[in-house]
Amino acid sequence: MSVVELKGVAKQFGRGGTTALQGIDLAIEEREFVSLIGPSGCGKSTLLRVVGDLIQPTSGSVVVNGKSARQARVDRDYGIVFQDPVLYDWRTVAKNIALPLELARWDRRRRAERVRAMVELVELQGFEGHHPWQLSGGMQQRVSIARALSFDPALLLMDEPFGALDEMTRERLNIELLRIWEASGSTIVFVTHSIAEAVFLSTRVVVMSARPGRISDLIPIDLPQPRTGATREEPRFFELVTRVREALHMGADLERAAAEATA
Amino acid sequence: MSVPAPAAVQPLPRHGMARLVGRRLQDWLPAAVFLVAVIGAWEGIIRWRHVQQFLLPKPSSIATAFWDDRSELLHAGWFTFQEALGGFALGSALAILFALALARYRFFGTALMPYAIAANAIPIIAFAPITNQWFSGGITKSSKIVIAAVLCFFPVLVNTLRGLTSVNPRALELMESYAAGQVQIFRRVRIPNALPFVFSGLKVAAVLSMIGAVVGEYFGGSFNALGVLILDRARTFQFTSAWAGVFLACLFGIALYAGVAILERLTLRWAPSTSE
Repeated sequence: MSVVELKGVAKQFGRGGTTALQGIDLAIEEREFVSLIGPSGCGKSTLLRVVGDLIQPTSGSVVVNGKSARQARVDRDYGIVFQDPVLYDWRTVAKNIALPLELARWDRRRRAERVRAMVELVELQGFEGHHPWQLSGGMQQRVSIARALSFDPALLLMDEPFGALDEMTRERLNIELLRIWEASGSTIVFVTHSIAEAVFLSTRVVVMSARPGRISDLIPIDLPQPRTGATREEPRFFELVTRVREALHMGADLERAAAEATA
Repeated sequence: MSVPAPAAVQPLPRHGMARLVGRRLQDWLPAAVFLVAVIGAWEGIIRWRHVQQFLLPKPSSIATAFWDDRSELLHAGWFTFQEALGGFALGSALAILFALALARYRFFGTALMPYAIAANAIPIIAFAPITNQWFSGGITKSSKIVIAAVLCFFPVLVNTLRGLTSVNPRALELMESYAAGQVQIFRRVRIPNALPFVFSGLKVAAVLSMIGAVVGEYFGGSFNALGVLILDRARTFQFTSAWAGVFLACLFGIALYAGVAILERLTLRWAPSTSE
C-alpha cells in the first residue's frame, strides 16, 4: 500500500490566480525517502502542505495512509518539520518534544518514557531541561525532528528543514537524519533546493518545474545504503547529481518554451 | 610566585532579591548617584536663590512635612491605593477577557477594534465628575475604582490582543497538523505567546491606576483620600504638605509597578531577556 497517493492534484490560488500545482500524479511507497526539488515557485512546499491537509487542493485526490488527507491529519498519521524549528520558547526541550503527546492525551509516565527515547534518538542527552534559545540552530532543528517523530507517525514531512543551517551542520544532520530514518522506520517526504542534499538522502528524487508547478522527472537514486560521508565522494553520486541538475535545467527550458508559446 | 589569573570571569550567582529584581546592587549605583545629585542640586538652588516656598519647596522641607504629617498621609495614601488597586484589577481583568474574546472571534475584533482605538483617545479623566455623580456623590471608593479601571482597560486590551494575535504562522500550522482545537491553540500557543505583552500592558496600567484614583479625587471624594488631602493642603497654602502628598502618590504608583514587574519575573522565568 502506498503511504501517499496523489492523483491529478491541482491547486490554484484565488480565482484565476496563479496555478501553483497542475496534474500531479505521485505514489510514495512505505519506507521511501522522497525529495521534492525544483526552482522557487514550483509549488514543492505547497505540494507538501496538500499532503499534510494544511492546504486544500483545487482538484484531484489525495490519499495518505489509505485514508483521506483530512482523516490522516486528524489521526496524526504524519509529523511535520519546517525550516524554522518553531519551538515554543516557554517550553524546555523535553516539553517541546512532549507537546504532540500532550495533545494526544498520553499519560505522564508514557510521555516521559517516549521523550527519553526521542532525546536519545536525536542525541540531545543532557539538554532536556534547556530552553530553545540556549541551543544552536542545528540542535533546535533536532528537537523539532524529535517532536515530529515523538508520536511515531508513519510519515514525516520536511519542508527545507536544514535550509537555514551552515554547510557543515547540514551535512552532519543529513547523516543523522538517515540514521533516524533507519531507526524509526518511517517514510519521509523532503522538500529541498539543494541538489546534493536531495541525491545524498533520497531513494527517489521528484524534479519539479514552475509556472505551472508540475512534476518534470522522477529519478531513482540507487546509491547503496547505508550512506556515509564517503558516499558523497563516489563517482555514482556525481553522476546522479549531474542527472538531477540536467533534469532541473530541462524543466526550466520547458517552462521558457511554455511561456513563449502562450506569449 | 605569581597567582594565576582566572580563565574566565564567572557571572555572580544571583539569589534572593537580586534574582527577583534581576539586577545586582552595583547595577543600581548610577541611578542612585543620579537621584542624590538631583536632590542635592534642587536643595542647593533653592537655598542659593531664595526661591519662595509656594513656588517650589526644598526637598528637606518636604521630608520634614512628610514626617510631621506621616500618619494622616499614610492613612490617606492607603485609602487611595486601595481604589487604584481595585481599578487596576477590575480594568485589567476585563481587558484580558475582552482580548481573549476578540482574538477568538475575529468578527468582533474587526467590528469593535476601531471603536476601541477611538475610545482610547478620549480623555477619560474628564469623566471623573460624572462618575462621581453615578456613585453617591463620589464619597465611596466605587467612583474612583471605575475611573482607574477605565484607564487601565485600553493599554491592557491592546497589548494582550497584540500578543494573542502576533503568533508565528508556522506555530499555528504545526498545531493544525496535530489537529488541535481552538482551546488547545489558545492554551498552548496564543496565551503563552501573549504573556510578555500582557505584562507590558499591566505595567502601563499600574501607573495609570494610581493617577486615575488621585485625579478622580480632585473632583470630590472621601475626607481621608490622598487626592482630597493634596487639594486641601494646596488651597490652604500648606505647599510642603501638598508636595509630600504628591511624593507619596508617586511611591504608591511605583510600588504597584514594582509588584507587577516582580510578578512578571516570576511568571516569565523561561525568557532570555527578562533575566538581564
